[in-house]
Amino acid sequence: MDNESTYSGYSYKSSHSRTSRKNRERRDRHRLKNRDGSIRGDKSVMIQAPGEPLLDPESTVADDRDDNWGETTTVVTGTSVDSISNEDLTRISKDLEDSLPLDCRRYISPVLGAILGLISVITPLAFLALPQLLWRDTLDPCGTPCEGLYISLAFKLLILLISTWALFLRPSRATLPRFFVFRCLLLALVFLFVASYWLFYGVRVLEPRETDYRGIVGYAASLVDALLFIQYLALVLLEVRHLRPAFCLKVVRTADGVSRFYNVGHLSIQRAGVWVLDQYYSDFPVYNPALLNLPKSILTKKMSSFKVYNLEEENTNNSTGQSRAMIAAAARRRDNSHNEYYYEEAEVERRLRKRRARLVVAVEEAFTHIKRHQDDDTPTSSPKHPREVMDPREAAQAIFAPMARAMQKYLRATRQQSYHTMESIINHLQFCITHNMTPKAFLERYLSPGPTLQYLDNNRGRQWTLVSEEPVTASLRQGQVFSLKRLDFALVVKVMPLPFLRLAEEFIDPKSHKFVMKLQSETSV
Amino acid sequence: MSEQPSNDSVGQRCQITREDFICQRIEIQKLREGENLILGFSIGGGIDQDPGQNPFSEDKSDKGIYVTRITPGGPAEVAGLRIGDKIMQVNGWDMTMVTHDQARKKLTKKREDVVRLLITRKSLEEAVKHSKGSHPRQ
Repeated sequence: MDNESTYSGYSYKSSHSRTSRKNRERRDRHRLKNRDGSIRGDKSVMIQAPGEPLLDPESTVADDRDDNWGETTTVVTGTSVDSISNEDLTRISKDLEDSLPLDCRRYISPVLGAILGLISVITPLAFLALPQLLWRDTLDPCGTPCEGLYISLAFKLLILLISTWALFLRPSRATLPRFFVFRCLLLALVFLFVASYWLFYGVRVLEPRETDYRGIVGYAASLVDALLFIQYLALVLLEVRHLRPAFCLKVVRTADGVSRFYNVGHLSIQRAGVWVLDQYYSDFPVYNPALLNLPKSILTKKMSSFKVYNLEEENTNNSTGQSRAMIAAAARRRDNSHNEYYYEEAEVERRLRKRRARLVVAVEEAFTHIKRHQDDDTPTSSPKHPREVMDPREAAQAIFAPMARAMQKYLRATRQQSYHTMESIINHLQFCITHNMTPKAFLERYLSPGPTLQYLDNNRGRQWTLVSEEPVTASLRQGQVFSLKRLDFALVVKVMPLPFLRLAEEFIDPKSHKFVMKLQSETSV
Repeated sequence: MSEQPSNDSVGQRCQITREDFICQRIEIQKLREGENLILGFSIGGGIDQDPGQNPFSEDKSDKGIYVTRITPGGPAEVAGLRIGDKIMQVNGWDMTMVTHDQARKKLTKKREDVVRLLITRKSLEEAVKHSKGSHPRQ
């Protein structure tokens, strides 16, 4: 059972000594989510293979067992093959409480940024206000030039606020394993900047109680200018630099070999990983583990017809020698399993096409049974026989019955039955009827496996592991390979640079397009 | 150097592809000009060409190889080749059913200094009639 595998993995890890609390917290956070899935709603969760029906451990598994299960099983929440002992359990619960502020690692960066931003916005206003408050009477009066500076200051602050809101105040959609280097750099820069301004201000203005107010206002205005330039730098570093394509990433799914090519700009490995995953959810067809393997009948036939007898005492040298001999002999022997594979595949294909034809016909016929009710029809039809007016849901249920069997058989033939429950089919039918779709549009969802995004429910996060030989904050380079792992498959990403293009020009005079007939050629010898 | 065309080769009757032709054998010595060996005439025609545009052929569906131009004073003129001649054979190779490029290749082989052509022309018929004198041809 899938539950057992995850829990046994967890217990194995928890009994190790903790080298780094942070790593373990992260692992714990991710593994514990399974139990506390209801409490922490939208964090990254480790879930089982995306296609299979999600089995919530707390939801009553007892429904499909018999009533006697309580007498024979002793553990309440999720058993593991190597059962966890009592002290492990208490340690786990203690850690759970200790690591309760799990959110802080995710929010620490935005919160820091927000604080810094707030301080830097308030600073110019403080620069202006403090002299007024503290030594108002000794200040030089400052007329029109100051007012001009006030206006420009106000507008620049407004622009700063609006662009910060537009660019940076967005909920992040991914948590990265390491710090985002550019963002940290910029935060440090802003902090240094504001701190040095405050230092200068404290030493030169507050202490000697500077009376030249115009100078102070000019100083505040220069701070706002500099903040705008830092924001420009942030825009370029965080947003624009990776827009111009520089590398081509080849993404291959290890389970079934589906591959795509994408063009990206200069990114770090972790950012590239997030970007690839965004594209993965909408480009790659959903991973269907049922579609993968050759039927066993073909594979095992090869093994069974070659017998090896062990006539003497077995030691390691002999056994490896034997197995090598066996493999070599099997390779030399004529192998006919490709024949069976070919015929079986042709047979499956034929059966699939037949079922698909039946499905299409059934759906088309079902759709002819209903018609959209126009309001101006009622005066003519009501005296004869009142037609029952239904809402989309009832209409969907009414026409689902004749096509249900054909649909089920087709889904079984393509091994998609786990992705589409009856409820989801009726919902989709209702959706299609409401939007006046044709039967073909209704069937588009079932005839081809859609992208993974179509089958996700959005309230849970997705857990991926980035595996890389180089530090993940390193920038992309030619020839790098990293992979994004899930529980049962991985995406292997290979980085290739886009070729350097030399574009030359050639001018063609439109009058130079002239032709002669060449059918009678003359060659001199 | 070139040979005089032998007079007794004028008006020979040869049979090629079930038809009688009056044909003539001509031997041309190739002239060396720099790196190339040239013969001094141009050919046209071939099975991959359009026969309707051949000005020298009587039958406009004839896809044979015809002489379309002769360099004055060149080896071909000296050997007796005339414009409008249809080349039937080159060194024994048949030229009645070849592409234009194949014909060119047969004529421009680098290892051969001499090409012996079997040609036919309209005016040969007249020449035979005249030389046979009073013997009318049925």
